[in-house]
Amino acid sequence: MTSEPSVVEVTLESDLKQLELVEEIVRRVSATAGLDEESEHQIDMAVREALINAIWHGNKNDAAKSVWLRFEISKDRLEIRVRDQGNGFNPAEVPNPCLSENLLKFSGRGIFLIRTFMDDFQVKCLPGAGTEVIMVKRLDPARQPKLGGTDREHESHNSTS
Amino acid sequence: MSMKATIRQVDSVTVIDISGRITLGEGCTQLRQIVRDQLAKGNKRLLLNLGDVSYIDSSGIGELVSGYTAVSNQGGQLKLLNLTKKVHDLLQITKLYTVFDVHDDEAKAIASFSA
Repeated sequence: MTSEPSVVEVTLESDLKQLELVEEIVRRVSATAGLDEESEHQIDMAVREALINAIWHGNKNDAAKSVWLRFEISKDRLEIRVRDQGNGFNPAEVPNPCLSENLLKFSGRGIFLIRTFMDDFQVKCLPGAGTEVIMVKRLDPARQPKLGGTDREHESHNSTS
Repeated sequence: MSMKATIRQVDSVTVIDISGRITLGEGCTQLRQIVRDQLAKGNKRLLLNLGDVSYIDSSGIGELVSGYTAVSNQGGQLKLLNLTKKVHDLLQITKLYTVFDVHDDEAKAIASFSA
């Protein structure tokens, strides 16, 4: 066993059909990270919400644009990056959906759920290169059955399905 | 598994048994259409049985809120029955648990509409 992180990277086209594929990737990553069912569900939801934001708000549903997704599992943390080709947003300006005036709004809960389910959440605007959302879940090193440096894989999915 | 729904009438209450996923896309669209159809038929007492809902995302939560608002605006009531732990937790986290009238017993839920 080495301390080298396991990495999974995928490049996806801006199509909500990709959510199904990403769900499967999250399942595999969660198994590698030794996550329990509840943590897997939380990460699945966080990644789903980040991906929807990237496709809808970032890439404006433009199929010609892509979303880059990266999972890095190290000894004590799972770091997930979701990068779109949009102009970015300021998370501080996203209204709190739990305030009474926002409670009955139809949308606006995605970022709140990401913040709730993950231990760290950052948004980086990359000049000329889009926006990157970075989410971190802390891990219990004792629960990782498969972590190792040979677990690196690189996938590219630009499917038209 | 996509969303499936069956609709039955119990006394004056329309019970909608939902299974599968209420997520962005098909699941949300289906739920929205069901609520609209029931309101168009004059059915304003809706009980959504979510006991077999395996997954709900932020769009699904939004659709529940939208349904609640649409029914309330027409002078009706939309209540929830049999929340799974995942859905229960999400409603707690988003502070919507206090908005919805939530039940875990169908007979009591039905009876609550006449209150």
